[in-house]
Amino acid sequence: MTEATDLDVREGVDRETVETVRNMGSYKYGWDTEIEMDYAPKGVNEDIVRLISEKNNEPEWMTEWRLEAFRRWQTMTEPKWAMLNYPEIDFQDQYYYARPKSMEEKPKSLDEVDPKLLATYEKLGIPLKEQMILAGVEGADEAPAEGRKVAVDAVFDSVSVGTTFKDELAKAGVIFCSISEAIREHPELVKKYLGSVVPQSDNYFATLNSAVFSDGSFVYVPPGVRCPMELSTYFRINAENTGQFERTLIIADKGSYVSYLEGCTAPQRDTNQLHAAVVELVILEDAEVKYSTVQNWFPGDEEGKGGIYNFVTKRADCREARAKVMWTQVETGSAITWKYPSCILRGDESQGEFYSIAIANNFQQADTGTKMIHLGKNTRSRIVSKGISAGKAQNTYRGLVTMHPKATNSRNYTQCDSLLIGDQCGAHTVPYIEVKNTSSRVEHEATTSKVDDDQLFYCRSRGMDEEEAVALVVNGFCREVLQALPMEFAMEAQSLVAISLEGSVG
Amino acid sequence: MLKIDNLHVKLEEEDKQILKGLSLEVPAGQVHAIMGPNGSGKSTLSYVLSGRDGYEVTEGDASLDGESLLEMEPEERAAAGLFLAFQYPVEIPGVGNMTFLRTAVNAQRKARGEEELSSAEFLKIVREKAKELQISPEMLKRPVNMGFSGGEKKRNEILQMAMLEPRMCIMDETDSGLDVDAMRLVSEGVNALRSPDRSFLVITHYQRLLNHIQPDVVHIMSNGRIIKSGGPELALEVEENGYGDLLAEAD
Repeated sequence: MTEATDLDVREGVDRETVETVRNMGSYKYGWDTEIEMDYAPKGVNEDIVRLISEKNNEPEWMTEWRLEAFRRWQTMTEPKWAMLNYPEIDFQDQYYYARPKSMEEKPKSLDEVDPKLLATYEKLGIPLKEQMILAGVEGADEAPAEGRKVAVDAVFDSVSVGTTFKDELAKAGVIFCSISEAIREHPELVKKYLGSVVPQSDNYFATLNSAVFSDGSFVYVPPGVRCPMELSTYFRINAENTGQFERTLIIADKGSYVSYLEGCTAPQRDTNQLHAAVVELVILEDAEVKYSTVQNWFPGDEEGKGGIYNFVTKRADCREARAKVMWTQVETGSAITWKYPSCILRGDESQGEFYSIAIANNFQQADTGTKMIHLGKNTRSRIVSKGISAGKAQNTYRGLVTMHPKATNSRNYTQCDSLLIGDQCGAHTVPYIEVKNTSSRVEHEATTSKVDDDQLFYCRSRGMDEEEAVALVVNGFCREVLQALPMEFAMEAQSLVAISLEGSVG
Repeated sequence: MLKIDNLHVKLEEEDKQILKGLSLEVPAGQVHAIMGPNGSGKSTLSYVLSGRDGYEVTEGDASLDGESLLEMEPEERAAAGLFLAFQYPVEIPGVGNMTFLRTAVNAQRKARGEEELSSAEFLKIVREKAKELQISPEMLKRPVNMGFSGGEKKRNEILQMAMLEPRMCIMDETDSGLDVDAMRLVSEGVNALRSPDRSFLVITHYQRLLNHIQPDVVHIMSNGRIIKSGGPELALEVEENGYGDLLAEAD
């Protein structure tokens, strides 16, 4: 009976949320927090890079590393090969560092954090208290509503405001903290692994990130440890005209396991804001990392005004034998998405999986996909991509699968489905396949379909309105990917799918 | 309950008249059957009543309890208590049967200003009703109508009917493609739902179904109109002699 009561509560909450959203338009995280901020002067130059390093109390080697990246960045040009159309970004017209004033003295514990910041995360539904969160799921008769713990690192504009469950994780030997803290407290790990997956010179946006990243999350799971709870980082861009450049570094040592979740939102503003993150995963022998993202940055309004420009480099290095990584992403936000979470399958018998839902509505543009780079023998990869386009949006899947000469007996399977809603949007699939040995096999399947009128009529004749019907059919289309998400994210993602498509029919 | 008055319907895309002045009244608590040869407009009638796109009403009206259906959206008709059991139930990949049912039930409850059912309440009811129709728990989990046999699809329609508790049920050739056992199950399901404030309009080719679901009135439809109405014996007459005599009579 307790189970049922828990579920009821959860449902009540969801219903209320959906109502609120209906009343205020489609983006429910569009409000901002009024809080006093410290800004670095606008623009980027060596002084700004030094300033960011100094604000974070970084050692000299880190400052030098940043400066090296910055000098490199100045020689690079912005990539233009993606199927994305946006006005020139003025990189000097951005703030690169914004910190709530109250964070000047780093709070020692969550109790010392500015209540305004805590309230912000509460309003976003992110538990910054160390509490159990309740999951309510479809088919709840089989899966009882269980209390689960999720540790959270909360990043507000340029700084991490707090990390929960640190002590409990430390008992298991797991290090979970902000990257700025890791640079100070665990320099040997950071020195060894930072930039080892995504080098400073990797690409225009990653290089810029290397120079100016202000904060982000750091995880180290020691050999043989199964991380006792889900870890998550929640990114919130609040300040105006401010770019967010966060850096995440996760190291799964031999035989360890960790599941990591990432969520993002931003206020609704007329101007575009820049987000250029780098995520590096280092996975050693027999270790496994699951990395799930629900990206819900402000997508711009119905006329295409405002929204986040999201240029992200995410890469996992399965560095040793039998290492395993699974990327799952639900991309519903951003005006522009440029993102290709990739797997380097270096260790023999290592495995990479990529599950993606990308929804583009109104004037959103998404160019997203993955890279599976098979270097080791008997490596396996699987790609399941579901792209949904509505309104006047353009959605591109861009994926690279490459089998190197030494990656013998390796396999890839790619399934790439596109769903169109209405007749003014576009779906594009751009697969690149390179096979340089004779024993490997690559399969690619792609479909494009429209939301079927018969399905919608069937749903509506049973009482669902048109938007509800579309949401149901689209959720069905995405099911394989939704199932790959951790339970509490799957719930959120399902309702997000519905919300993102509001106004896409009729 | 259901009143159809001089209904004229043409296809939206083509200049083709399908219903040509059809009139019919089903009072509360009654079961009416419509029989007729292929192409007489039986399925069109069911689609027009439930609000499918692609048809244009050029004259006449159809109302449920005095309220015209024709201006309503399909979901409003459903919330008002109209239900169509499809001749060809639609497959929806990836959407669990249970999820579909629950979304539908709660959408209607919400539209009527009623409290939504909780998971626990819903599960309890759906399990009971599924059992009566011999629908396995496994079938409830599968995506809507995906890989269902003909009989399973039709039983699933009746399950939806039982869950949604409509006041006016239209069944479009629910007997097509059913074997004897499935026919019995479906009929039992329907008979269990019969009540003084619920009516049925059963569209069928064959008299066979009407042995199981006893109609109060049988209508013979041809060329977009009702050409004759009578008691259950009319169905037997058709079974015996075919439509030939009746059609000739009407001409």
